Amino acid sequence: MTVSDTTVNRPVKTVPMLSVRGLQKIYKVPGGEVEAVRDLTFDLAEGELVCLVGPSGSGKTTLLKCISGLMEQTSGTVELAGSKVTGPPKSMAVVFQEYGRSLFPWMTVRGNVELPLKNQKVPKAERTALVDAALKSVGLDHVPKSYPWQLSGGMQQRVAIARAVAYRPQVLLMDEPFAAVDAQTRADLEDLIRTIWKQLGVTILFVTHDIDESVYLGERVIVLSSSPTVVQEDLKIDLPAERDQLNTRALPRFMELRSHVYAEIQRAKLGPVTEQITAQRKAARK
Amino acid sequence: MSPLKRVAYFFGLPIVLIVLWWALSFGSTNFFVPKPFELAQTLWTTWIGERFFEDVLPSLGRLAVGLLFAIGLGIVLGLLIGSTRWLRNLLEPMLEFFRAIPPPVLVPLLMLLIGVNDSMKVAVIISGAIWPVLLNTVEGVRAVDSVLNDSCRSYGIRGFARIRYFVLPAVTPQIMAGVRQSLSIGLILMVISEMFASSSGLGFTIVQFQRNFAIPEMWSGIVVLGLIGLGLALIFQFVERRVLHWYHGLKEITHDS
Ligand SMILES: Nc1ncnc2c1ncn2[C@@H]1O[C@H](COP(=O)(O)OP(=O)(O)OP(=O)(O)O)[C@@H](O)[C@H]1O
Ligand SMILES: [Mg+2]
Repeated sequence: MTVSDTTVNRPVKTVPMLSVRGLQKIYKVPGGEVEAVRDLTFDLAEGELVCLVGPSGSGKTTLLKCISGLMEQTSGTVELAGSKVTGPPKSMAVVFQEYGRSLFPWMTVRGNVELPLKNQKVPKAERTALVDAALKSVGLDHVPKSYPWQLSGGMQQRVAIARAVAYRPQVLLMDEPFAAVDAQTRADLEDLIRTIWKQLGVTILFVTHDIDESVYLGERVIVLSSSPTVVQEDLKIDLPAERDQLNTRALPRFMELRSHVYAEIQRAKLGPVTEQITAQRKAARK
Repeated sequence: MSPLKRVAYFFGLPIVLIVLWWALSFGSTNFFVPKPFELAQTLWTTWIGERFFEDVLPSLGRLAVGLLFAIGLGIVLGLLIGSTRWLRNLLEPMLEFFRAIPPPVLVPLLMLLIGVNDSMKVAVIISGAIWPVLLNTVEGVRAVDSVLNDSCRSYGIRGFARIRYFVLPAVTPQIMAGVRQSLSIGLILMVISEMFASSSGLGFTIVQFQRNFAIPEMWSGIVVLGLIGLGLALIFQFVERRVLHWYHGLKEITHDS
């Protein structure tokens, strides 16, 4: 079986949880325009865990900001469970790339995790239970009174994840959350994400530039071309649902998939897939 | 630092200076040069008693009210102007203009507008002490972290909650820097507001002593002002340590690494 056979071509029957259609973003900069994202179309079904890989500068952060309603796209639409996203939706949480700047330094770990719930007027008892559970699930139940800046980078990112988990979103967006933590912590955090995903049944879009990470984590991997960005490939990851750092990464199938994604990224770096190739693909799918 | 060491640092230099002063003024017959022991005596006899209640306390009261208003108004207006772009663009040049006016020149004007009373003196203090807090707050609001801002937005933290949990704490370092300046400006203006057309207060009394050639008393008044300034600084330090402990902790860690 060749890898390209597994390229996803699923017919969408029900309303997808997240639907991105023809998304384009052009930044206006002094003396011209930068087209960060050209034309992105993909869907996430409810409860899916999808990884998005692309070279640095390919517009991953731009895409997430448009999806999360933090930034307005130039054209195209984003729909969350069938309704158009025009501002930050209530049922979505984002974990940012810069963990050091996404937690409030004047609040304790507990305060940070609790704030979105407090803001939603969740009753005190329920709030406490949710925060406790979230901190426990990321293994930080021993430092609730510490301040974020007293923690290591990996721990800070875990606090940010706990905050998102306690919020109980339907869709969780993560922007290269582990880019700046050491390898061991990173492996732990990857397993943490899969555990949380299974426990909560939340739909996750996980952005990374690490190929191994994307294959290890995802049920599907979307490969982006370099800027101006289009979807280069949408690949199903047919690895067993139970994954662990040692065995899964040693599977021949894992190797195959990662080499395939690697080759795609190399291709992506050479330049954006031209409309011609995209068109050819569309024709081939029919 | 041990408490003993801290006390030694606090009193060390003042003691050395007083000894030096005592030595240099020893045997001096110059009428205008005060001597430490005489001054201490005068300080006691002049200010403890009736004067304390009639001059010192009312002055302190006006200072306190003026400063509280200046700081409160400065923060509220600063948050408002800082978070509304059109308001900021509209007002900023004008704010700089008003800030550039030396507040003492407002005294005659405010006297005409408000009359010679406590309100006028408080107004003088506010008119000068509000600017550092106001402009620092505006500047701070403009510079809030974009990632934190995005975090707030994505979790739907808006309006009053956004101010309370995000903007106000984020701007507190700048606000406190402004308050520090406001305190000394306030003290200066307290004295100046009492020097014109007044019949009581610290500023009035000091000028009165000077006109009557009561030189030791005049000096003692200056010492009282110094002590008030010191008191303000200590209160400020106490409050700042409490409000900004996270900021100092954060700074210490980023400096270490
Ligand atoms: N605010 C902005 N104004 C102008 N251009 C921008 C802005 N933000 C991003 N860009 C440009 O858009 C392109 C995509 O940037 P983006 O940050 O989305 O990439 P990325 O895939 O997240 O990169 P990385 O992997 O380094 O995080 C880049 O060429 C970048 O220079
Ligand atoms: Mg990015």
